Amino acid sequence: MRILHYWRATVGIVGRELLRFLHQRERFVSALVRPLVWLFVFAAGFRAALGIAIAPPYETYILYEVYITPGLLGMILLFNGMQSSLSMVYDREMGSMRMLMVCPLPRWFLLCSKLIAGTAVGVLQSYAFLGIAWLYDIQAPLMGYVWILPALVLAGMMLGALGLLLSSFIKQLENFAGVMNFVIFPLFFMSTALYPLWKIKESSEVLHTLAQYNPFSQAVELIRFALYEQFNQQALLFTAAAFLLFMGAAIMGYNPSKGMMVKKGGGGD
Amino acid sequence: MTEIALAVENLSFAYGAKKALDGVSFKVQPGECTILLGPNGAGKSTLFSLITRLYDAREGRIELCGFDLKKQSLRALARLGVVFQQTTLDPDLSVTQNLRYHAALHGIGRKAADKRIQEELERLAMFERRGEKVRQLNGGHKRRVEIARALLHKPSLLLLDEPTVGLDMPSRQAIVSHVHDLVTQQNLAVLWATHLIDEIAADDSLIVLHKGQVKASGKLSEILQTTGWADPGQVFQKLTQGPQA
Repeated sequence: MRILHYWRATVGIVGRELLRFLHQRERFVSALVRPLVWLFVFAAGFRAALGIAIAPPYETYILYEVYITPGLLGMILLFNGMQSSLSMVYDREMGSMRMLMVCPLPRWFLLCSKLIAGTAVGVLQSYAFLGIAWLYDIQAPLMGYVWILPALVLAGMMLGALGLLLSSFIKQLENFAGVMNFVIFPLFFMSTALYPLWKIKESSEVLHTLAQYNPFSQAVELIRFALYEQFNQQALLFTAAAFLLFMGAAIMGYNPSKGMMVKKGGGGD
Repeated sequence: MTEIALAVENLSFAYGAKKALDGVSFKVQPGECTILLGPNGAGKSTLFSLITRLYDAREGRIELCGFDLKKQSLRALARLGVVFQQTTLDPDLSVTQNLRYHAALHGIGRKAADKRIQEELERLAMFERRGEKVRQLNGGHKRRVEIARALLHKPSLLLLDEPTVGLDMPSRQAIVSHVHDLVTQQNLAVLWATHLIDEIAADDSLIVLHKGQVKASGKLSEILQTTGWADPGQVFQKLTQGPQA
């Protein structure tokens, strides 16, 4: 009976997130506009300046647009993870998060379900982006679109877990802008999303080290290799380890005895 | 012997150095509507946060229907229905979608959930509006939906945190009357936080909370008899504003 309860709750939480997503069409469009602008404008503009040499998983010279496509998929998942955490802060401020916390299920399970729900939305957005990229002539091998699914799921879970962790620290919605500047931009720009590691090394050794150990870089590489039907073990292990670390810390953050919620208080009187 | 719905024993809580609750103890029985009366800053919301286990108290104990909230939290929370001060419905979803979501969180299957949704909404005269988005409902109707949601999993204890704030008089009266009907007809235990004196009925129990401490508790009639004060308004005034406060 307990398993049935857990199953129904997961279906309920994921279903609610998908329903909200369907009802908020502007959210879907805006989630796609950002990476598409990067693809159509930024990548086209920098095509000549940023030539990419042959490096795995690519077997030939590629256009810059082709190179940054996995990075832009990572961008979708990163922003989606952060948006989920934004909605957690909003939900907590507005009280609906409290409704979730009062139901008779363990906190870790509720957080995992929220994470699965957010990731499902991110994966849908990623496939929509891949569809548009296909029409723009950025085409990977057909099986790559199947291989990429587990990579997108793991990357989405890792970035969503980071969002959950951040949401446990943020007391009010206004503080979220700072997190965007201090988390999203450094994660994205100090990664292999826009330029390969060897290119970063040419300009700065420190930046190269930071980019190499940036979990977002590893997630992007996992996606990049999967899209070309290849397996990157290091990226998989690194992304999985980062997911476990962020998720464990997020669960601690929401723990009713020890977490950040206790320190921050519930407000009101 | 009837099982106590809620037992709070010697509960204390502080935000850093600021003490929000100080040795609070009281009980709520089934078939009893207990009004938690206190001015702003009395500690009502902190008490509700602890009873709903948003966080744990370091001192004291809370038992829900015989289950320790800290040690047997899932069993305890399964017996609890809550209406928070702020609306917690999803405005972009319909009334039914909101209620189905809550039913899923409590492990209720779709068929059983739909049956209960119909029962609760009909009781609150909201069944005709089940397909409407919550955003389209007025404040009073949203509150009715929240009460229906809180009762969907058939709890033994209903917590209401100032549910009538911001509502017009007819909506307030409808909610007060509906909750009192639930107490008498379904033997439900209710803990109702408010600062509105006119929501207290003659046979209600009363807990007066001020500066994190219980200043008085018991049946309203007994408190009035013991103190000699005329009405709950005077009880509230004397205990929270007078020299005894």
